[in-house]
Amino acid sequence: MAISINGQEYPLPEDPRTSLLDFLRREARLTGTKKGCDHGQCGACTVMVGGLRINSCLSLAITHEGDEITTIEGLGSLTSPGAMQEAFVAHDGFQCGYCTPGQICSATAMLQEIAAGWPSDATQDLTATPSLTDEEIRERMSGNLCRCGAYPNIVAAIRDVAGAEA
Amino acid sequence: MSVHLKQDQPDNRNVLDTMVQGVIGAALPRPEGLMKVTGTASYAAEYDAEGLLEGVLVTVPIVCGEITMIDEASVLGMPGVVAVLSDERMTGRPAQGMAGEAPFQPAREVRYWGQPVALVVATTFEQARDAAKHLKLQWRVEDAPLDPKTAETEENESTRVGDLAHAMADAAHTVDVVITTEGHASAAMEPHAALAQWDGKALTVHASLQMLKFNRAELADSLNLDESQVRLLSPYVGGGFGSKLGVSQEVVAASLAAIQLGRPVRVVMSRQQVFQTIMRRSETHQRIRLAADAEGKLTGFGHEAQVSNLPGEDFAEPVLQSSQFLYAGDNRLLKLDLARIHRMTAGSVRAPGEAVGVQTVEQAMDMLAEKIGIDPVELRLRNIPEKHPAKDKPFSSRKLAECLRKGAKAFGWEPRPRTPRHTREGEWWIGTGMASAARVHSVVEAKARVILRPDATAVVETDMTDIGTGSYAILGQVAGEMLGLRPDDIDVRLGDTDLPPGSGSGGSFGAASCGSAVFLACDGLRKELAKRLDIASEDLTLKDGVARWDGGEKALNEILGSEVIDCVGHFEPGASTEDVTVSSYGAFFAEVAVNRWTGETRVRRMTGAFGIGRVLNARTARSQCLGGMTWCIGNALTESLHFDPVDGHLANCDLAEYHVPVHRDVPDLEVLLIEERDAAASPIQAKGVGELGLCGGAGAIANAIYDACGARVLSYPMTPDKVMAAMPKV
Amino acid sequence: MRPFDYQRAERLEHAAQLTAEANTLALAGGTNLVDLMKLQVETPQTLVDIGRLPLGTIADEGEGLRIGALATNTATAVHPRVRSEYPVLARAILSGATQQLRNKATTGGNLCQRTRCYYFTNIDQPCNKREPGSGCGAIKGIARIHAVLGASDNCIATYPGDMAVALAALGATVEIASERRSRSVPVRDFHRLPGDTPEKDNVLEPGELITAVTLPAPVGGIQLYRKVRERSSYAFALCSVAAVIDLAEGRFTRADLAFGSLAHKPWHDPRITDLLVGSEPTLALFDKAADLLLEGARGYGENDFKIPLARRTLAAVLCEATGVEP
Repeated sequence: MAISINGQEYPLPEDPRTSLLDFLRREARLTGTKKGCDHGQCGACTVMVGGLRINSCLSLAITHEGDEITTIEGLGSLTSPGAMQEAFVAHDGFQCGYCTPGQICSATAMLQEIAAGWPSDATQDLTATPSLTDEEIRERMSGNLCRCGAYPNIVAAIRDVAGAEA
Repeated sequence: MSVHLKQDQPDNRNVLDTMVQGVIGAALPRPEGLMKVTGTASYAAEYDAEGLLEGVLVTVPIVCGEITMIDEASVLGMPGVVAVLSDERMTGRPAQGMAGEAPFQPAREVRYWGQPVALVVATTFEQARDAAKHLKLQWRVEDAPLDPKTAETEENESTRVGDLAHAMADAAHTVDVVITTEGHASAAMEPHAALAQWDGKALTVHASLQMLKFNRAELADSLNLDESQVRLLSPYVGGGFGSKLGVSQEVVAASLAAIQLGRPVRVVMSRQQVFQTIMRRSETHQRIRLAADAEGKLTGFGHEAQVSNLPGEDFAEPVLQSSQFLYAGDNRLLKLDLARIHRMTAGSVRAPGEAVGVQTVEQAMDMLAEKIGIDPVELRLRNIPEKHPAKDKPFSSRKLAECLRKGAKAFGWEPRPRTPRHTREGEWWIGTGMASAARVHSVVEAKARVILRPDATAVVETDMTDIGTGSYAILGQVAGEMLGLRPDDIDVRLGDTDLPPGSGSGGSFGAASCGSAVFLACDGLRKELAKRLDIASEDLTLKDGVARWDGGEKALNEILGSEVIDCVGHFEPGASTEDVTVSSYGAFFAEVAVNRWTGETRVRRMTGAFGIGRVLNARTARSQCLGGMTWCIGNALTESLHFDPVDGHLANCDLAEYHVPVHRDVPDLEVLLIEERDAAASPIQAKGVGELGLCGGAGAIANAIYDACGARVLSYPMTPDKVMAAMPKV
Repeated sequence: MRPFDYQRAERLEHAAQLTAEANTLALAGGTNLVDLMKLQVETPQTLVDIGRLPLGTIADEGEGLRIGALATNTATAVHPRVRSEYPVLARAILSGATQQLRNKATTGGNLCQRTRCYYFTNIDQPCNKREPGSGCGAIKGIARIHAVLGASDNCIATYPGDMAVALAALGATVEIASERRSRSVPVRDFHRLPGDTPEKDNVLEPGELITAVTLPAPVGGIQLYRKVRERSSYAFALCSVAAVIDLAEGRFTRADLAFGSLAHKPWHDPRITDLLVGSEPTLALFDKAADLLLEGARGYGENDFKIPLARRTLAAVLCEATGVEP
């Protein structure tokens, strides 16, 4: 009866009402994952479950028994930041910083989705391999609101990381 | 050591330009950046405390009336519930910016739908959230006006010069148009949150607030405590945009609970509660009248607006603020009326006034340019007044013409009269539009301490906040430039009322005000170093921890030995901004695509050129402008608070239905920062940047919609239904 | 969120048995249900987690395709056959919500998605759907996102989803199972109109669970999903049109259309197909199709615009599909 977060096991919560988000922030003390709306409307709580990004606010922790969760803390640290984290700093891809962990988790998963050939609403030809145009990045990142308006810089950071990986 | 300056004179010395460290203005990354991207920067709700309890606010579904009974027993037996608070000191609404005193109390007197009236405290958040929905309340209901169109109004402000009606009658060209805007929400990403701890004598609160000096006074007054008993901590604030200017309901409630229960209490508003109980930007109803001669010179300028607020609130969205001086016109009528209605408090939302007042004028100017048959840019250039048109005051530095010209060039603006529906790409009409930008400048008293260590490091301390604006970066850069230190060697500590009181973040005055306080503190330190070297401070050059002067050089540790020195800079606004009109200016250019069938509008590209005085960090300043321009897109196309006509509640109280722009709504945005020093604005020649990017740009988008498809929409936001309805028949 | 008893169903029969009980709801992806439970719009005493039942398979079924009820929206939209043979479905799914939500949302859950009506989601407002007999706040309130077709005096809510609109155009079938029986219902008949019982969104009975959606053999043609919304992404439709169109010798040979966000259900009107098939595409014909669609349409003030918007969106789709110049 445990959830694995960034490779570490945590016992399931007693109260089945506990959202995965509250579980991360409270029980696991991993406050990098943010609560912006608690209703799947902002993306600040984005984490990866088995490599897929989800809104952790709309998922009950108890349903994640045995799942592997990756949060922002799992993507890098102050002493060893990940490439996407460094790119966000380099391009000023944030201002207040509150949506940022969600943006970075989302961007990380998004590059994997593109690599897997998944189409998006911005994909012209559904049967072709999608390419990483700015329009594709913007559509695929639209589940992460940024009220400070750092969007152009976020796109630049993602472009940068994708270019380095390509 | 301390240095005090009340700035009564313009400062033309441009002292920062005489320094040699070369960091002021540089596009340096934010020093706190790595903490933000790794999730290690902690926001208000993210602290822990032994025995922490969770509180959830209880709101009431009536518009106006009084709570007559709170049945605590209805929830006290529920699992985990510890207490129900309905103290007389609970506040029903947030404080207005810089109020410095308690907002409306007691909360049991209800003045808008969804007002918090009680707090349920439980062991866990899940328990408190459920119990808060079960608390039984009784109330008495009073009738209350809900509709700004029919409510009683009072005149808030008016300026009458000459005879506008006469000018309109005599003019070669006129525009007389009514344009409306809907209510806006700040919708900062971090919901309002507080974690309060009481040790029996003093209160410590982690909160998400913009202006700690004022918030401390507001909280102390709300609780009947002495300010010395209150400490507020807001080192990281997840966006403010005005919504966290004044102390809000959850801060007072958490504090009361912590005091009463003797245990730490955390209260975080739900997103719905943030929408329903925190400041809104008022809807506006505006009439613009322009009278021009045959050459397009304005002879008359009229701007009348109606806004709303709750009875008893002084704030009235200052729609006319920049209309007072942006354009010429000898005959002027400007008038602001305030309707008293019962919606949640109207207050400051990013760029109060200009955020809705400039875009309407800019639409009217576009209509005038069309009537005259001249380039809209040219019309603006012809109407830049020599002096404040209503007061006999010159302008300080003003880069409006330069922004218009440079912005037009960068955008590729075609200088010609506009005729709509000139370009179509498939289903999409393509068009361009432009607008001027203006935002009044202000500065506020601020203090900061700078500590200089012999190892060539320094600490900057002030209770100033960084709400995403770049305070951490720019204050370090001011100190670095003045003291000859690398910004990496400067530790900037913010957001703690134990530190010297800064200006707080609001009104775009934070950088200029606190930057000046840091500047003054550094000036004091430079004088101290010069004294020890027995030279004049003007002869002292500081770079990379080494002092140089004509004939010598010494490292800081040679001058200071093991001594640490510090100085508090104290900046106060004075007469320098009273005798001149000080404002920041800019210009917007936008290209849009409008769907010929559905009226859906997409901004394809946008350029903004801004004159903001001295740029303190080119990267964070640009980001502020990007943010403002992103808000222009929401303001123009999507953002609108919808109030129920029957009971006045806010219907679209979440982020699914209140449409802030998403990634895909925002194209690459081009920002030009026009080099400028404004001697009257502040001792560091800087003006504000946080709001200017939002002041007028929605008008550029509106004008581009017209240029694209011929739909002259006179109501913001320009949602598909409105554009479709205004489009000429296909 | 009220306290509830959490049960994890290990087998379909077990799930059907559990959900047949009163005050019991099935939890799949949770993207809609957990949202509504937090608001106390949904207050189950027992929550049956069906998320681990083996219902996530997408597999060929004859010439058609069978999409398991727990296949995520993502899995469906990225499936090679969906992309190439049922592109209207892929397009509809991809136009909805966000990647994060589509990674969790399931086929069955999406069909059961509840309305976005502001009065439904606010428990301090009257709503006959949430609380029968309490009234409808939307009719005299903010009705911007509400129905213009098939509404009643009790409810003007819309079904807000996108996927089901495409499924209706494609003529897909919902497979339903309970402890005692299995049955199939065309997607076009799965959702209900509100009438006097707006609390019932669809034809599912207690204890019934969706097990799959089956798509008929692919028909090719031009498949379009057109969604009009206030934002360019991450917004519910003001109006949407799913279209499966084919032409031969200058005439329609297929015209299967369904409309979203206009009614309490994905709107399908066979008369439109009858009108179009066999006819030459012209603007006048498209206008006649819109006349049929909007016969009896009624606005409630704030949403009056949906009537001309639906007309124009239909014309846009038909012009795009046929190449007729407006």
